[in-house]
Amino acid sequence: MKEVVVLSGKGGTGKTSIVASFAAIAKKKVLADCDVDAADLYLLLQPQIKQEHEFWSGQTAYIDSEKCNQCGLCEEVCRFGAIGNYVVDSISCEGCGFCSQVCPVDAIVMHENMSGQWFVSETHYGPLVHARLGIAQENSGKLVALVRQNAKHIAEEGNLGYIIVDGPPGIGCAVISSLSGADLALLVTEPTLSGMHDLDRIIELCRHFGIPAMVCINKYDINEENSRQIENYCAKQKVAVVSRIPFDNVVTEALVNGLPVVEFSDGRVSREIENLWKKVSERLTP
Amino acid sequence: MILSVASGKGGTGKTLIATSLALTLSEKDKVQLLDCDVEEPNADIFIHSHITQSYPVFIPIPKVDETKCTYCGKCAEVCAYNAIAVVNKKVLIFPELCHGCGACSYLCPESAISEEGQEIGVVEKGNSGNIELIQGRLTIGQAMAPPIIREVKRHIDSQNEVIIDVPPGTSCPVVEAVKDSDFCLLVTEPTPFGLNDLSLAVEVMRELGLPCGVGINRVGVGDRKVEEYCGKQNIPILLTIPLDTSIARLYSRGISLVEGIPQWRERFADLFREIKQEAAKPGSSPSADGKQSK
Repeated sequence: MKEVVVLSGKGGTGKTSIVASFAAIAKKKVLADCDVDAADLYLLLQPQIKQEHEFWSGQTAYIDSEKCNQCGLCEEVCRFGAIGNYVVDSISCEGCGFCSQVCPVDAIVMHENMSGQWFVSETHYGPLVHARLGIAQENSGKLVALVRQNAKHIAEEGNLGYIIVDGPPGIGCAVISSLSGADLALLVTEPTLSGMHDLDRIIELCRHFGIPAMVCINKYDINEENSRQIENYCAKQKVAVVSRIPFDNVVTEALVNGLPVVEFSDGRVSREIENLWKKVSERLTP
Repeated sequence: MILSVASGKGGTGKTLIATSLALTLSEKDKVQLLDCDVEEPNADIFIHSHITQSYPVFIPIPKVDETKCTYCGKCAEVCAYNAIAVVNKKVLIFPELCHGCGACSYLCPESAISEEGQEIGVVEKGNSGNIELIQGRLTIGQAMAPPIIREVKRHIDSQNEVIIDVPPGTSCPVVEAVKDSDFCLLVTEPTPFGLNDLSLAVEVMRELGLPCGVGINRVGVGDRKVEEYCGKQNIPILLTIPLDTSIARLYSRGISLVEGIPQWRERFADLFREIKQEAAKPGSSPSADGKQSK
C-alpha cells in the first residue's frame, strides 16, 4: 500500500480538484481529507457518513470564582496572556495547565476540549476519511494524524493499493502531520510569484523530512514565462515536473456541479489529470 | 484601526486585497502592513519593501541540569504536551512538542530546569514609502506558527492604519492573527469551496466577537450562493472583483491591483471608508464573550 499526499504551500492552487479527480480515476484506494480546518473534498465526493467520532484533544483552564482568592499568581505565570481579572480567555488559553498547578487555593480546573469530529464515509469512488476541526480549535496536527491513521487502517483491511491524501496549505503543524512518513508528495503549484515562492518552501520541507516529491504546474498558461522558470528551478532542485494543466473554467463549472472535473468533462484538463495520475501511480509502484 | 484580511480557503485573494489596500491608504497615511501568514509570507512580493531589520524568534524550551535532577518525574507529570519524559534516570525532551509554557522549570522541586531559546523563525521589518511592512517567517520544519504571529503583532502601533494579512484556515494561527482587530474582511470566491470555507470563517469571527464583511473575488465564474448566504446572514458584501485574466496575469507577476490598474485605487479608498463605517456601527463589535465559554 502506497500513500501520496497532495500539497502546495500556497492555498487555492487546485489540490482538492485534483484529488477529487484522482478519486474517480484510481482503482482500489482510500481517500483522506487532511485539510481539517477547511475540508472541501466532501463537496465533490458526496459521501455517505458511516461512522462519526468525536475528537477530544487539549484542555482549557476554568477559574471557580467562588474559590478564587484573587492572588493573581495565575495571571503572572501564564505566558499566553490568557488570564485577566481572574477570568480565563478560552480562545487564548493553550491548555498548559500551569495556572491550575500553581493556584494556591485549587480554584482552577482543566476542562477537556471537544476539538472536532472525524468521519469514515462511503463515496461513489471508495472510502473517504475526513474531519472537521472545531471552530477556532487547536491541535489540527493531531486530528490530521488521526485521519491518516484511519485511512491506513481501512487500506490494510480492504487490501487497497493507494491512500490519496488531500493536504492543507502552508508548511506548519498540519502540513508536517500530513507529510511525515508518506511515500510521495505531489506538489501543485501555479505560475505566479507567490506560487513559486511557496513551492520553494514546500520542496525544502519535503527534503527536510526525506519525502520524495514531484511537481504539477496548474493553470500553466496564465504566465508561461513563469512556468518555464518553475521548470528550470525544479530541474536544479532535481524534482520532476510531471504535468502542466491548462487554465480552463471547466474546473469551476465541475465544482459548481459537485463533480470531479474528469467526470464532468473529457476536455484537455481531464486528459492532463489522467496523465498526471499515471505518472503518480508509476512513481508509487514502479 | 486594525483591519484583518482573512479567508477560510487559501488562494482567494487575501494578499492581493491586503496589499492593494495598504498601497492605496499609504498615499495619505502611515500604514503598517503585517504579514501574519508566516508559513508562506507573500505580501512583500507586491510591496517591494526594503528590509532593514531581521531578528530571530525563540520559544523557551527546557534544559535539565542532570547534576541537580533527581528524576522525580514532576516535569513530565505537569507537561500538558508530553514534551518531557523521564525514563531510567534520563530526561528526554521533545522540543517540537513544547509550547514554552514554563510550567516544568517553575515547578521542578530541585530547580534543575532552566530554559533556553529554540529558534522557530524570524521577524523582518522594512519600508516602502509610507508602508511599514512587518513579516514573520516560520523556519522550515518547525510546526508552531502562533508564537511568530504574536511577535509580528507586538509591533502594532495603533496610531497607524494597520492591515493584517492572515493565513488561510480556521485554526490557531488564524485566531492568533485576527484577534484584537477592529474588523475582519473575509475574502472568498463564488464557488462551493469558497462558500463552505467562508461559512467556517464567519463562525470563527462570531466566536471571537469580531465584526466582519465579505469581499468576493473572481465574480463571474461559479454561482450566486455566496451572495445568497451573505444576504441571509446579514453580512455586508463590501467588495467584488471580477474574473479577469488581466488581473490574474498582473498577480502572477507580483503586481498589485492598484498599481497594475490605477482606476482601482478609488475603489479601495471607498472600501476602507465603508469598512470604517461598518466597524463603527453600534452592535457591530459584540464584547468578546468567548471568555470562559466552554
